[in-house]
Amino acid sequence: MTIGSPEKVTGARALIKGLEKEGVTTMFGYPGAALLQIYDELYESDLRHILVRHEQAAVHAADGYARVTGKTGVCIATSGPGATNLVTGIATAYMDSIPIVALTGQVPHSIIGNDSFQEADITGITLPITKHRYLVPEANDLPRIIKEAFHIASTGRPGPVLIDMPKDVINGEFEYHDVETVELQGYKPTYRGNAQQIKKAAEEIAKSTNPIIYAGGGVISSNASAELVELAETLMAPVTTTLMGIGSIPAEHPLNLGMLGMHGSKYANYSIQESDLLIAVGARFDDRVTGKLQSFAPNAKIIHIDIDPAEISKNVPAHIPVVGDAKIILKSLIKHVKQCNSEAWLEKINEWKREYPLSYEQGESIKPQFVIEQISEACRDAIIVTEVGQHQMWTAQFFKFTEPRTFLTSGGLGTMGYGFPAAIGAKLGRPDKVVFDISGDGSFQMNSRELATAVQNNIPVVSVILNNGYLGMVRQWQELFYDRRYSHTCIKGSVDFVKLAEAYGALGLRVERPSEVLPAIEEAIASGRPTVIDVVVECEENVSPMVPAGAAINEFVDLEGNE
Amino acid sequence: MKKHTLAVLVENKSGVLARVAGLFSRRGYNIDSLAVGVTEDPDISRMTIVVQGDDAVLEQVTKQFNKLVDVIKVSDIGGDDAVERELALIKVAADVNSRAEIIQIADIFRARIVDVAPNSMTIEVTGDEGKIQAIEKLLRQFGVKEMVRTGKIALVRGPKKV
Repeated sequence: MTIGSPEKVTGARALIKGLEKEGVTTMFGYPGAALLQIYDELYESDLRHILVRHEQAAVHAADGYARVTGKTGVCIATSGPGATNLVTGIATAYMDSIPIVALTGQVPHSIIGNDSFQEADITGITLPITKHRYLVPEANDLPRIIKEAFHIASTGRPGPVLIDMPKDVINGEFEYHDVETVELQGYKPTYRGNAQQIKKAAEEIAKSTNPIIYAGGGVISSNASAELVELAETLMAPVTTTLMGIGSIPAEHPLNLGMLGMHGSKYANYSIQESDLLIAVGARFDDRVTGKLQSFAPNAKIIHIDIDPAEISKNVPAHIPVVGDAKIILKSLIKHVKQCNSEAWLEKINEWKREYPLSYEQGESIKPQFVIEQISEACRDAIIVTEVGQHQMWTAQFFKFTEPRTFLTSGGLGTMGYGFPAAIGAKLGRPDKVVFDISGDGSFQMNSRELATAVQNNIPVVSVILNNGYLGMVRQWQELFYDRRYSHTCIKGSVDFVKLAEAYGALGLRVERPSEVLPAIEEAIASGRPTVIDVVVECEENVSPMVPAGAAINEFVDLEGNE
Repeated sequence: MKKHTLAVLVENKSGVLARVAGLFSRRGYNIDSLAVGVTEDPDISRMTIVVQGDDAVLEQVTKQFNKLVDVIKVSDIGGDDAVERELALIKVAADVNSRAEIIQIADIFRARIVDVAPNSMTIEVTGDEGKIQAIEKLLRQFGVKEMVRTGKIALVRGPKKV
């Protein structure tokens, strides 16, 4: 464009230009009447658009893409039902702080508010589940709004941003102008931790003999894994991770205690309870982590490092809050600390590790935990995506993750159906990696139609269904707390997953004996095709250990009924 | 429970008010009063929100406000020495017999009669919450037909800005 003769473009064209300027190469979506002009632009664009089979899959796929690449994921849906179908996925990304820009079509400005055909107030609906949202006033505003949206989604505490574009904005022409800078008075995230607070934290650390680091998803989103491990090794302090923090420290690192909380290891939870210093990094003291708040880490001083000031003292009062980016703060904290006097403490923890290991008993039938271990053995550097439920907890417990951004799961919202479309997005983000969706027979059915997306676009993800014929996690609660009254949790015989896969043109494999698990995994990977492995597992296996909701995290349920 | 007066500077854009209200309603808080208007900068509006609640929850709500992209600044000025005003319009039943007495009451409160009709009078009164409650109480004996209040607005005394 030259000054004096500005180029006239449609909103649709400006959108594509804006996305390209932001470095977007892949997006996920589903067309509709309001989006025709945009899809016409996509017909000739270099942007790769993946057509999904339901808009929910578009947002989950964008989310999976974002989690593995660290880039902002992009999805697009039409006005009305297209937009409302995004809602669960947007909420999923919001709860897990995943950067997404969700684009929606809207009816023209002239008929907004008239209950027009395919009209939904999507900016109103997504108000509490987006970091920010725009209803674009005029086509002319698009370059600025796109720039701002990507900036907001990806900086500070990341999150989803929605851009709702009325049809007159999409189709309207204006004189295109590039926008290079963002000016937002009310949005200035803090990155550098307060030096005084970091000094105070270091002083507290020097006094500690029973320190523990509690690492969350913030470590992964700020790419601070190396710093986390360095801090742990410098202090000789054990690390426990939240579900979202898995991968921030290798599973087999001697200082790693695995996950804490409701289904955390006993040694992680005991360590929390007996610690004298808790260093929380990018974690938010979620109720599934803390159990009964008043009893959580009762003797510990709490250092809370988080980029979001609203997380400080939200659930558990922090003695030393440090607001800022985890990576920057850890780097500077490491300079101020040295090894803690933690030898006796680590010895005690090792005793707990020996006494209460994560375990299961292998019998004739296939134990779900065994399947996870087999995948872990066969393909340790794979990207593992899960749905939500028992299989998710077993994956968190038994897969030996070695790297960040290789474990994708809906931690905050707990969205069944997240996994398969997110795996599709993950595979497109990291085509060099083998991508597994580990699911249950319940969760997989929530978005199984995306097999069509995987097959049509030749995206070879491997779905491993731990098929126990139940909505297993709810069944477990019914067993433990409702006298085994399995109300509406038995889904045995709902579908033949092998035939379902074949119907879509994917590879379907069934596994019924422990010895068949590994060969099936190998066959799936070798096939290079979207694959569903239906693994018939023990029906009433429970996730263990378990802390009931609302109890202190060292008050475990007796799952065997014999302790 | 403690009363808080929040002064919130926001970008003059749609949607901010709904989000602010949502942050309170979700936690079961009732907003006592909320007044919004444009500031010396036409792009910036100022909300004055009066709400009761325990300090910890209010701190959380304040932090959530600050997270909103369109919110520029939030201050709790409840503890500061501040000029606080509210305006009320009160329509009172008034006939020949009571009119004089109502005018007298209005005078005492330095309120103004802004409308008179054969059977009613409308009084405009400005002041803090206590003053408005006091005049309302006195006027009740004549029959208050309708009343509207702006909600509190406040500025911290002296050169300090929020």
